[in-house]
Amino acid sequence: MNIPDSSLPLLKRLRLQIRNRTNMINEPDRKKVERQARHTPSPFWVIVHKELGDHIHSWRFGILVGIVVLACIGSIYSAVIALQQGTGNSDSENYLFLKMFTASDGTLPNFITFVSFLGPLIGIALGFDAVNTERTKGTLSRMLSQPLYRDDFITAKFTAALLLVALVIFSLGFSVMGLGLFTIGYPPTPEEFGRVVIFLLTAVIYVGFWLNLSLYFSVRFRQAATSALSGIALWLFFTVFYSLIVNLLAKSFEPGEQAGTSQILSYQQTLLFINRLSPAELFTEATTTLLVPEVRSLGPLTMEQVIGAIPSPLPLGQSLLLIWPHLTGLIAAASLAFALTYALFMRQEIRSRS
Amino acid sequence: MICEQTPTNQEPVIELSGLTKYYGNQRAVDDLYLTVRKGEVFGLLGPNGAGKTTTILMMLGLSEPTSGSAVVCGLDPVRSPLQVKRKVGYMPDDVGFYEDRTALDNLLFTAGLNQIPAGEARERAERLLETVGLAESARKKVGAFSRGMRQRLGLADVLIKKPEVIILDEPTLGIDPEGVRELLALIRSLSREDGITVLLSSHHLYQVQQICDRVGLFVQGRLLACGNIDELAESLNSSGTITVEMTVRNAPDHLTEDLFSIPGVSKVLADGLDSGKSDGSMNIQVICQADVTSSLARAAVQSGAELTAINRRTYGLDDIYHNYFEGSGRDEHTG
Repeated sequence: MNIPDSSLPLLKRLRLQIRNRTNMINEPDRKKVERQARHTPSPFWVIVHKELGDHIHSWRFGILVGIVVLACIGSIYSAVIALQQGTGNSDSENYLFLKMFTASDGTLPNFITFVSFLGPLIGIALGFDAVNTERTKGTLSRMLSQPLYRDDFITAKFTAALLLVALVIFSLGFSVMGLGLFTIGYPPTPEEFGRVVIFLLTAVIYVGFWLNLSLYFSVRFRQAATSALSGIALWLFFTVFYSLIVNLLAKSFEPGEQAGTSQILSYQQTLLFINRLSPAELFTEATTTLLVPEVRSLGPLTMEQVIGAIPSPLPLGQSLLLIWPHLTGLIAAASLAFALTYALFMRQEIRSRS
Repeated sequence: MICEQTPTNQEPVIELSGLTKYYGNQRAVDDLYLTVRKGEVFGLLGPNGAGKTTTILMMLGLSEPTSGSAVVCGLDPVRSPLQVKRKVGYMPDDVGFYEDRTALDNLLFTAGLNQIPAGEARERAERLLETVGLAESARKKVGAFSRGMRQRLGLADVLIKKPEVIILDEPTLGIDPEGVRELLALIRSLSREDGITVLLSSHHLYQVQQICDRVGLFVQGRLLACGNIDELAESLNSSGTITVEMTVRNAPDHLTEDLFSIPGVSKVLADGLDSGKSDGSMNIQVICQADVTSSLARAAVQSGAELTAINRRTYGLDDIYHNYFEGSGRDEHTG
């Protein structure tokens, strides 16, 4: 039965009418807003985009990548020569491909040494003036008066630099693999490939630690030069002086010749612990374990522990297990440095050019 | 000091009530009450270190007040800074840009941060560059820009988000007089044509008076006076004494006594009487409690002197400035 329109209660009709009206007005508007929100990137990505562009166009980055690429070519060259001469150890024939990263004929350091030495420099170079330059140029207060959260700024800075670091390290690593294929003509096994990828990831984390540290300095110090120098000083301290100082200290409480096994063992372990406080040491141990599968242990082993062990290379899973604490330590150090940066930045007052 | 009297009944856009900010023990802003209404051009005047910038930062939620509250466009900047920043454009003093990017790129970046779609952003940026007279320099790097061009670009940068309120911190600092005139005219027309509320801070009284509907005098964190410039001068004139300056020629000796005998005159200062100027003229300054200028003139004429000039000195901006800012600190630490 067809109910005539007028038989509907007046109120209901009005309500219907209003609903239709509001739908008509709101629908396109809301859709438009939604469409806009979906299609325009969030302020975070806008900053990341801009930062990436700035880094890639900067001379600084070009020079650094140039140095790193040259160093890597040098290390590959020396590795290839070493491989051609034959490294002697026929046991490790299975992992010949990984030798590209670790072997050296003695004229130049190998690839991992270069990465562990120069990687931090990339991190420092990308971060040391991230915040203080924005501050002194007066762009920080202008940017933060736009509708974005303050932490977007600092996380975007970090993300952009880390993306770039990852890009550089992975492209370097893959270029080395490609060159290796060319020169030694020996394809990697999936395990070797996995080891290299994990090694590259570790390198990204390690450089990320230095990046965060230099970001911290850039928030802490108003002068870019001060912040760069602090970063470089810390880098030199950890890569050069730390082991020297530890060795000096170690001499002072070295156990006597008549010391018992347990005494020597505890001494060795203390030494190892102090050494591992340095992220550079953590990184070196982790990468060596990853790229030299023959490494079976990172601490001192007693004869009892060695008895019955088969001197064969470790599978990837076991190598990973061995360096799991190292990876955790590196990630923790990087996160800690970022947390410090973040906290310091959030507490700072934003004024123009001060 | 409460500053709320306004001629229009427009809704308030900025309302500060009891706003206070301490840096350690130092008081930067002290119990500030201020209302700025829609469409108004309000000038915040004060010497360096008066707390102007601090006040502005608190309005934007970039700095938290120690006590009191600010309401901007009906929102609390402490609780919802993002919504406030969406509606308020802020140009910091000595605005900075990415120098190795072009003017257009800088504007597009700001537009991106405001989530304006790319096509619309470019359109708005080009139009704004036209408005501020930088259309030819749109594709030049900002590093090559002069100070005045930067400030104009700053204005375009502020306007790209179509704000309801713009806050300009020392917009005229370091620009040549012609540049200042152009910039202020631009700000004025924006306020008039688009109904944008403008709050600008400055320590250049003269520049600001040309375009401000109202001004607030701000010294050492306190708002000392507030109103339009005539009102301020009025309050200064009525509160104190009136000074009348006269120049007379061939004045008889008893003129000063005659003037002094007029009711309301408290002091007569004459010079030139003994110095004997060549034309026999002398300057007399009469300080009186009430406006008796006409009586003074009559007395002078009746005494037989030739009255060549008489002037009741009204307080100009300089006097306002001096009167209020006298003895106020010149330290620049919170400028």
